[in-house]
This record gives sequence, structure tokens and C-alpha cells, in this order.
Amino acid sequence: MIKGYVNSLETFGLVDGPGVRFVVFLQGCKLRCKFCHNPETWSLSGGDEWTPENLFNHVRRYKTYWKNNGGITVSGGEPLLQMEFVTEFFKLAKKENIHTALDTAGQPFSDDMEYLDKFGKLMEVTDLVILDLKEWESEKHRELTGFGNENIISMARWLSDNGKKMWIRHVLVPGVTDDENSLREMYGFIKTLKTVEKTEILPYHTLGLMKWEKLGIPYSLKGVPVPNDEQIKNAEDILIKGK
Amino acid sequence: MFKRMENPVAWDGFEGRMWKQEINVRDFIQKNYTQYNGDENFLEGPTDATNKLWDMVQKLQKAERAKGGVLDMETKVVSGLTAYGAGYIFEDEPELEKIVGLQTDLPLKRAFMPFGGIKMAEQACETNGYTPDPELHRIFTEYVTTHNQGVFDAYTPEMKAARHNKIITGLPDTYGRGRIVGDYRRVALYGIDNLIYYKKQDFANCGDGTMTDDVIRLREELAKQIRALQGMKEMAKIYGCDISKPATNAREAVQWLYFGYLAAIKTQNGAAMSVGRVSTFLDIYINRDLEKGIITEKEAQELIDHFVMKCRMVKFARIPSYNQLFSGDPVWATLEVAGIGVDGRSMVTKNDFRFLHTLENMGPSPEPNLTVLYSSALPENFKKYAAKISINTSSVQYENDDVMKPVWGDDYSICCCVSATQTGKEMQFFGARANLAKCLLYAINGGVDAKNREQVAPAYSPIKSEILDYNEVIEKYEKMMDWLAGLYVNTLNLIQYMHDKYYYEAAEMALIDTDVRRTFATGIAGFSHVVDSLSAIKYATVKAIRDDAGITVDFSTKGDFPRYGNDDDRADDIALWLLKTFLEKIKKHHTYRNSEPTTSILTITSNVVYGKATSNMPDGRRAGTPLAPGANPSYGAEKNGLLASLNSVAKLPYHWALDGISNTQTISPDALGHDEQERINNLVQVMDGYFDQGAHHLNVNVFGTEKLIDAMEHPEKEEYANFTIRVSGYAVKFIDLTREQQMDVISRTCHKKL
Repeated sequence: MIKGYVNSLETFGLVDGPGVRFVVFLQGCKLRCKFCHNPETWSLSGGDEWTPENLFNHVRRYKTYWKNNGGITVSGGEPLLQMEFVTEFFKLAKKENIHTALDTAGQPFSDDMEYLDKFGKLMEVTDLVILDLKEWESEKHRELTGFGNENIISMARWLSDNGKKMWIRHVLVPGVTDDENSLREMYGFIKTLKTVEKTEILPYHTLGLMKWEKLGIPYSLKGVPVPNDEQIKNAEDILIKGK
Repeated sequence: MFKRMENPVAWDGFEGRMWKQEINVRDFIQKNYTQYNGDENFLEGPTDATNKLWDMVQKLQKAERAKGGVLDMETKVVSGLTAYGAGYIFEDEPELEKIVGLQTDLPLKRAFMPFGGIKMAEQACETNGYTPDPELHRIFTEYVTTHNQGVFDAYTPEMKAARHNKIITGLPDTYGRGRIVGDYRRVALYGIDNLIYYKKQDFANCGDGTMTDDVIRLREELAKQIRALQGMKEMAKIYGCDISKPATNAREAVQWLYFGYLAAIKTQNGAAMSVGRVSTFLDIYINRDLEKGIITEKEAQELIDHFVMKCRMVKFARIPSYNQLFSGDPVWATLEVAGIGVDGRSMVTKNDFRFLHTLENMGPSPEPNLTVLYSSALPENFKKYAAKISINTSSVQYENDDVMKPVWGDDYSICCCVSATQTGKEMQFFGARANLAKCLLYAINGGVDAKNREQVAPAYSPIKSEILDYNEVIEKYEKMMDWLAGLYVNTLNLIQYMHDKYYYEAAEMALIDTDVRRTFATGIAGFSHVVDSLSAIKYATVKAIRDDAGITVDFSTKGDFPRYGNDDDRADDIALWLLKTFLEKIKKHHTYRNSEPTTSILTITSNVVYGKATSNMPDGRRAGTPLAPGANPSYGAEKNGLLASLNSVAKLPYHWALDGISNTQTISPDALGHDEQERINNLVQVMDGYFDQGAHHLNVNVFGTEKLIDAMEHPEKEEYANFTIRVSGYAVKFIDLTREQQMDVISRTCHKKL
């Protein structure tokens, strides 16, 4: 029996997918984003053990809140690190016609045939992919997160080619991820994707800072301010409206 | 004997038969109201008169706050129906007020009401720098027995000790019990003369001539009621109104109804003085006038605005210990909108929009305590409008019509913060709370209060083992709850007896059927802490820490345990057990006047005071810190977000706590959605999901903690003057809370996802 490792559950998520969402935060992520607000989900070990059935039986208690505008979002950590578990979990949800969303940064994605086979199975039961594009240039991406982004870009293409609905999200950190040229290039790329329903700017916030301190991890963005309204609007103009 | 009421001109255009042959307002409503499924676009803004009046009231409220909470007080005149001449907001421009009538001669001036207890009436004056007339002291100590005097004459030492140690607490023995909602609509529909006629009939038919205690008492009460009705006519005359006959138009209907309510608040200072379910009723009159073309929508809104303004101005003189219990000067002028009829028709009318719209026309306000009788089957437009008002004002509470209707029918009112009562057919004996958290500690310590070492409860054998054993604790807890339930009910029996005897609510009871149904409302404090403590004892290892005398003063808890508020059946089943067990123990005892015992899980702001009297608990709660309010999970217990918390509360069956299960939640606007439309839709969805599961009540606050902290630090800012928040079962202006209570509100879970 396949097991999943869950960092935490949020029964009332309203920004991670359409409507009212039950958000499952899975344990484990290989990216080390400097602005991460969930560093407690990094570790590849730990987390509460659930079977897909147990988790689904728990989650469906919230069906009454979803109606036609809500459902389940699996986030993380990086949910693609536990792809088979998520697939089984989503299969159960789709049997009851529940909307499923996958909130991912795409880091584990690979063009490898065996991987794509499994990934394709997950996508069969996934209604929406919420994909984080953290940075456009791969080198900058590596500096920001520890990994390049070539495979993430090809994942976005795969989703587009295979007709999978997407939301693109970008965390705006002043002086770090707000370079106008990068944003323009990213916009140019997003425009080539056929299935993007929505692009969102997520303003960087420091509410996760306490968690870094608690975990004893040095925080390299100390002193970096949160973006002001003008900076947010400017980034939205470029990345969403293509101005 | 049967006399059909004459068919006055006042009833022209109204349908139906039964309500003309007996006092039956429900029948009148059902035969005549007009459903409204549209949106809020028909609503009108405030008139110039409304703005002028409301500006003045706000100025007075500001002056009141600057003076420490009280603007003016009566020191010579004892409050009564006709104790004062006419009073207006602008003395020189009485015509500005479409709905007239003040409690005293001046706006916001607090009346002198000694019948609940002369000591309290005097203390209320003195703490605010006023000196009551010594002659009143002489009269109310030498010649008149007050409610408070009667109660303390009869209390047993055990009752006094339990009261003093606050294991039973907030008892209405130093203040009016309140919670009786007269059917004020009757004044408008029938006029006082018809009401007197029917009460006289009842008087003539009261008893067969054999003078048992019951018959004598009822005859005396009916005589008092009839006098009160006559007094109401006199009171209205002072304002130039003849309420002996039915109201002939919308303005009179609102005015007559308000006079009924005014009679109540001139003669009683109960903890809750609710207005009742008046919205649909009044819409019938407004609708008739609109159709006749003798009133415009603007004027209709003005009537409701002015009526609501009067409800916002209700004041009572209170003593400091009362204010600690019920912070922020509440009166629970609770007023309901919406609901669904027994026949399945929505009872939402345009007037239900108008009442909510007062929060836009005159800004947010704690009073009247606007309550939406909710069902997911209400018209979508109305649900969305209510959600919008909640998001913008945090001044509305929601109660589940789907669970209340089967018990109380479709014409119930909310008589306090959240408790339902059949309008005009029922009264309630309000009974405050038993502190079940303290009771658990008494069980562990053999009836000794850890705070002062007093033997308050019987000296049952305490728990002697180091590690607490769940079964042993439950056994001892049940025994201690048996004791507590018995003492509690008997204390209340005594209080209610004396209230009937010395502070009878003649004006309110005159507007209720003589053959009245009585409920006996008990309550639970400390609910979540008992559940979590028992869960800790069951699922983790709890060690008792004892002092030299062997009294358990603290606990050391090792290991994880499920907490109430996470939709975890292991903890939530303990919650169900606790509620059912307590209710069953209450029901064993005789209750005064054969009333029906109920219980509640609601604590108002008194959770702070109750917490002060409660020692360390096995769930980790520290001595003296506030208890979680009402049925809310404990602070910090919720680990899985709002809906898990709602699901835990929703498991508590309403029919085990017919007096109400209050739940207060605060949601940050950012967490609720990106824009207004999204927030509205999401909030409606949350409420649909919650209430469809059978949950009873929800207070919805929408703001961030930043705003609370800023309001606490800068209460002088204009924007916070009317900043209203929902607490357990009512609303308050945040800046009127004590700092301690402000901190308590801030520390509670604010549902905001990172």
C-alpha cells in the first residue's frame, strides 16, 4: 500500500485554486528558495503518514463547503516528489467529481519516458496545475533555489501541449525577482502557452521568517522589504498585461 | 364569550381570518407578507434628517466615552412608564425624529432602576460620580423589598460559597434576568385596547375559584399586566400618540411597536432586552403604504433607520462587576431578519435588506444585535448581501434556521445573544453559567478550591495517584457534576422565584400569551478546556503536581493528544459526552414553575472573568487566563484551519443545547479572497457548508489583527469610533472593551493562511 507523508492540512484555503480549497501540504522539497515561507516542509523525512484512502475519507468531510466552487489542492513541499501517492489520492477524488489542483514548482519534472508515463497518469486525474515560475533565467533560478529551470519550462510546455489547465504564479521579491527584463521574457513565454487561465503575482512577505529562525536556518533575504503597491502593480502590468 | 374583533380601517387590505379572531401575529404575517428575491439595488441612502440625528447621537456617544462611559444619570426619579415627559434627540426639533421615545428625558441619560436591587442602582450612580437621592435609599430598604434582597434573604451558605468561588457565576441575582421578549408587534397590529380585552378575558377565566398558589399568583400577574398595558397608553400619550387602536400606516406600525419595546426598557434592565422578529411583520405595513403611494422607499428606509437608531441608544446603569462580565455596554437589543417559513417560503422581504442596510446608512454598530436566521435555502441575493455587510462591518451574526425551526416554529425571536424563544408564546428563565472547568478541578481535589483552599463542594475523596487515570477522573467528575447540577438548578429556582415576586416583567408579559411556555436556561463555561483536559488525560500522560497540603495545583502533560477544534472524533466525542452528561444531570431536578430545562455553550465576554477564577488545567491552560469563549475551541488548539474548527463545533447537536452554541470566528480579508465578489461568494459558501451540517451559530468577523492592534493603541482615531466586532453572541465597539479583553480578542485565532 502506497503511503503519503503530509506536513500539514489546511481546511480553509481560498487562494490556492478556485473557490474554497482543502490544501494538503506534503512533506519534502529539494528547492531551497531564499524566500520560502514553508521551510519546515523541506526535509525529505518526517511528516504524518497517510494512505490515500484515509486521507480522502478525511478530506471528503469538507465536501459540504465546496459546492461547485472548490475542492482539493495538493501543495507542499513539492507534491511531485510523492507523485504516485497524489495520483491515487486524486483518483479517489475524481470518482466523486471533486475538483483537484496540484500546486507545484515543477522541480522533479523530467522528459524521461518512464517519468512522463507516471506524470501523465497523475495529469489524468488533475484538473488544474498551479505552477510556480520563480525566475526566468536558469542561472538566476539556480542561485535563488539551488536548481536550474530548464525542466520546469519543459513541464509548462508539456502541460500546454497536453491541454492541461494552468495557473502561473510568480513570487515578487524586490531586488531579487522583479527585474523588468526577466519579467518581460517570462511574459513572452507564458504567451506561448495555450492553457494558462490565470497569471498571478504573489507579493513576497516575511511572515515565514519566524519559521527559519525556529529551524535555525540562516535567512539570506534579511532586510529585504516587502514590495509596495506600486511595485506590485508594475510587475502585474508586465507579467499579466504584457505592458 | 367569543367576540370577533371589529374590522377596523387599520386592517384594510390585509388578508386572513384567524389573526382577527385571536391574538395571532404569526398568522397575520404568513397571510400577508411579500417575498423578495431580488438584490439590494432598490435600497436608499440616509435622509438629511437621519444624517443630522445620527451625527448628534455620535457626538453624544463621543462625549459619553470621554466621560468614562456614562453621559448622564438619573438620581431622583425612579424609572417607570410615565416617569418622564417627552424626550428628543434635538429638543427644539422633535419633528426630525420619525420614531420618537426615549428611556428618560434626555438622550443617553441612564434611568434609576432600583427594583433589581437598590445597592446596585446606587453603586452604578456612585461609581460614575453621581449621588442618588437618600430618600430613595430609605424607601427601597425600609419599605420595598428588591429582587436582590429577596434572593440574599433566602440563599443557603452553600449557594453563597459556590457563588463566591465562581463555580456558578454571572447569576442574575444582582441584575434583571432579562431575556423576555414581549411580542411588541401586537401593539401595532391590535392596539392596546384589544390586548386589554383579551387579558381581561384571561383574568376572568383564571382558575375555577379554588385559590391554589398557582392561581393566586397568575391572577396577580394578570392584574399587573393589565395595569402595564394601561400605562403604555399613557406613555404614548406623552408623545402625542394614541396606541389604544391598531396602527393605520407604516409609520404608526413602527412607532407603536417601538412603544411596546420602550415600555420594556423603561421598566426592566435585564441583561438582554431583545426587540425580536419584527422585520417581516413591518414590511407588510410598509408594502401596503408603498402600494398606496403614500410613502416612498426613501421614507420607508428612514423609518427603519430611525427605529434602529433608537435601538442603538438603549442604555442601562450598570455596576463595575457587571461590566466585567458583559463588556462594552451591551443590551442585546437583538433583532432578527430572514428565516424560512414552515411552508417553505423564504421570509426575506425588502425590509430584511433595509435593516441590514442601516449598517451602511449609519455605519457599523453593536446594537441592535442584528441576527440573520440562516439557511442555505435563503435567496442567493440576500445571502450575498448579508455576507457583504458582514465583510464590511463585522456587525452581523448568523443562526441556523434549519435547526431552530423544528423546535420553535417559524415565528421565534432571539431573546438574548443567541437563544431562541417563541415570540409571544414563551418566556425564559435566564440562568447564567456553571463553570465546568472548575468543576473538573474540584473533582480532582475533592471539592477544595485550589485558589483559596476553601472546601466549596462536598469533600468527596480526591484523586491521589500521581498519573491521572481517565476512568477514575471521569467517575469523580460525574459525581462532582451531579452535585454542581443540583446546586445550580436550585440556586436558579430561588433566583427566578424572587424575580417573579419582586421584579415581575409586567409590560413584557402583557405582550405574551397568558398560558406561557417557560424554558429554564442553564449554561456551560469552560467547555473546550474540559474537553482538551480530558483528552490529555486519556491520550497523553498527565501528572498531578501537588503542594504540601496535597492539593493539586498544576499538571505536567507529556505526549501529544487530540484537541477539540480539529475535526478529530477522538476529542470531539468527549465534547459530545460532556454536553449530554451535563444536560442529563440538569434535567433530573425540579425546575421552577415546571419550566423546561435547556443548556447552552455560550459565555459572552465573561470568559475573561470566569478564566480569572479558574486554576491551571491539564490541557496546559494557565491559571487566570481567559477561557475560550462559548463553544469555541481553545486558543491555539486549531491546527487545520477554520473549516476543521467549524466541523468540530458543528458536531454538537443543537437539540442537546437548545439555549444555544455560540461560535465566534475572525477571518482576515486577504485570506477570504482576492476581491469583494470573491470574498462574498466564499463567505456564503462557508456558511452554507457549516449550517448544512446542523451547526447552530456563527459570529463572523472580517478584519486582520493589525487593525485590532492599531485600534487598541490609537482608540482616538476617527475610523475606530464605531469599529464593531462580534464577540460571543453579541457585538461591541472594540474601543469600549477593557484592555485585557482587547488583548484576549487579539490573541484568539485569526484565520489567516500564510
